[in-house]
Amino acid sequence: MTDAVLNAPTARRWRLSTGNLLPILTVLLVIVAVWYLAAMRMNATWERDQAVRAGVELTLPDLITRTLTQDRPVLPAPHQVAAGLWEGVAGQPVTSRRSLVWHAWVTLSATLAGFAIGTGAGVLLAVGIVHSRSMDQSVMPWAVASQTVPILAIAPMVIVVMSSAGITGLLPKAIIAAWLSFFPVLVGMVKGLRTPDAMQTDLMRSWSASGSQQFWRLRLPSSLPYLFASLKVAIAAALVGTIVAELPSGATAGLGARLLSGSYYGQTVQIWSALFVAAILAATLVAIVSVIERRTLTRMGLAR
Amino acid sequence: MQTIEARGVSLTFQTADGPVHALKDVDLTVAPGEFVSFIGPSGCGKTTFLRSIAALETPTGGTLRVNGMEPDAARRARAYGYVFQAPGLYPWRTISGNISLPLEIMGFSKADRAERIARVMDLVELSGFGGKFPWQLSGGMQQRASIARALAFDADILLMDEPFGALDEIVRDRLNEALLALWRKTGKTIGFVTHSIPEAVYLSTKIVVMSPRPGRITRVIDSTLPPDRPLDIRDTPEFIALAHEVREGLREGHSYD
Ligand SMILES: Nc1ncnc2c1ncn2[C@@H]1O[C@H](COP(=O)(O)OP(=O)(O)O)[C@@H](O)[C@H]1O
Ligand SMILES: [Mg+2]
Repeated sequence: MTDAVLNAPTARRWRLSTGNLLPILTVLLVIVAVWYLAAMRMNATWERDQAVRAGVELTLPDLITRTLTQDRPVLPAPHQVAAGLWEGVAGQPVTSRRSLVWHAWVTLSATLAGFAIGTGAGVLLAVGIVHSRSMDQSVMPWAVASQTVPILAIAPMVIVVMSSAGITGLLPKAIIAAWLSFFPVLVGMVKGLRTPDAMQTDLMRSWSASGSQQFWRLRLPSSLPYLFASLKVAIAAALVGTIVAELPSGATAGLGARLLSGSYYGQTVQIWSALFVAAILAATLVAIVSVIERRTLTRMGLAR
Repeated sequence: MQTIEARGVSLTFQTADGPVHALKDVDLTVAPGEFVSFIGPSGCGKTTFLRSIAALETPTGGTLRVNGMEPDAARRARAYGYVFQAPGLYPWRTISGNISLPLEIMGFSKADRAERIARVMDLVELSGFGGKFPWQLSGGMQQRASIARALAFDADILLMDEPFGALDEIVRDRLNEALLALWRKTGKTIGFVTHSIPEAVYLSTKIVVMSPRPGRITRVIDSTLPPDRPLDIRDTPEFIALAHEVREGLREGHSYD
């Protein structure tokens, strides 16, 4: 049953690419249209004020053009964001501090490091929890508690404490990312490692299998579908953690820093461009995990 | 030496609703090479008794010996192979890989494993399917693979808990015939739990009739059928008389309702 649930998205994606393009395009068009209308409405106030102050009368077409071409709009129009994105991605050498590719790389490297640490910690803790009753009772409450602390409160503390210890750059951000990503892995792995039913473990006992034989040959392979489902959540969480960690640090690098400096200077186009890069990054990372998931589970006969 | 020897075996489960007497004063002796069926209504302790022999449960009273040893020691000496109602094959292993699993756990060499896998696959008539994955096989074939897995390490006892219960009648007949042939060829001692009177009579040299609350043996019937049993033996008067006796035994256990 779980296999079917976990693999359902895979099947759906295949169908998407073959026949369901029209509904997707329709939804996209509706979003863009709503976005344009919202941009006009939200940016119009400022234009009207300006016009009143200058004592000129604005015609409707004039007003519309102006709301869509402001320098610092309240809500930039889609084409402005697209231009900002293009400028940031293709208009700069990738090593430039104004390149979104460079900032994305800074964020991505911390995300991947944090994801690796978080996944490692989550898996190890899960193994401990499944094998030891006392760990089950002692670790789980702390793990849950760790996730109830708002990350926005924790992140600055970690950054400040670590930088006072002389540790800056990738590591503090990776730790925040790991903080958010270990939890889904822990929960998924605990569930996964416990999936083998009584019959499966009885079979193992009937062969007098040792604990480690049971783990490597039965529990670990059985847990993989759950692990992959968790990894998809964890990698997106790691990205969020990294971006949050880039906000308070006074950092000048990374998508989080771009978001923050954009809001300091009212550069809404910059904010939205950075947001879009972050979204694209998240989607790409999740898609990569999904591909690895599908390949692995298909090879293992767990996906059908 | 007897293969299975139970003297006054009792097993009481302590549950939230109070004690459940799954087995009470069970006496049974099984000689080497016998085919013993356990039959009785649900909850009469058939599974519990089989699991006790396999050291998957520990009796709370009496003595139980398997090949003259404590069940635990017998298990470590690889005295038995266990077959459950569901095949329980690993989906990520091929049929050969699944049969190989207990052999790997027990530390057989690679060459030895290959030889054994080939031999037991031939025994259950699955030769040529070694490279297939479980989902590529029918339910009956999967269950044959799980029997092969239980045979691979040469245990001389085969314990089977309703192994064909989930299969349809036609497949079941085929498998019963094959199991009987396998038993004659290998000379193993087989303990077989079933709900079906014809199945029990067709297969067994000894039929153990059980009854619930508390779980106990009400009758032990020694079969008079010859070891060679074509399927149509089920229409002979001898067979019908035995089936009648089993039915009588089952009714006795239910005299109160
Ligand atoms: N692990 C257990 N804990 C508590 N009660 C059990 C357990 N296993 C079996 N029982 C009870 O013991 C009795 C015998 O069960 P079982 O041996 O499974 O019967 P059968 O296989 O003949 O249907 C039943 O009443 C059942 O509910
Ligand atoms: Mg049972």
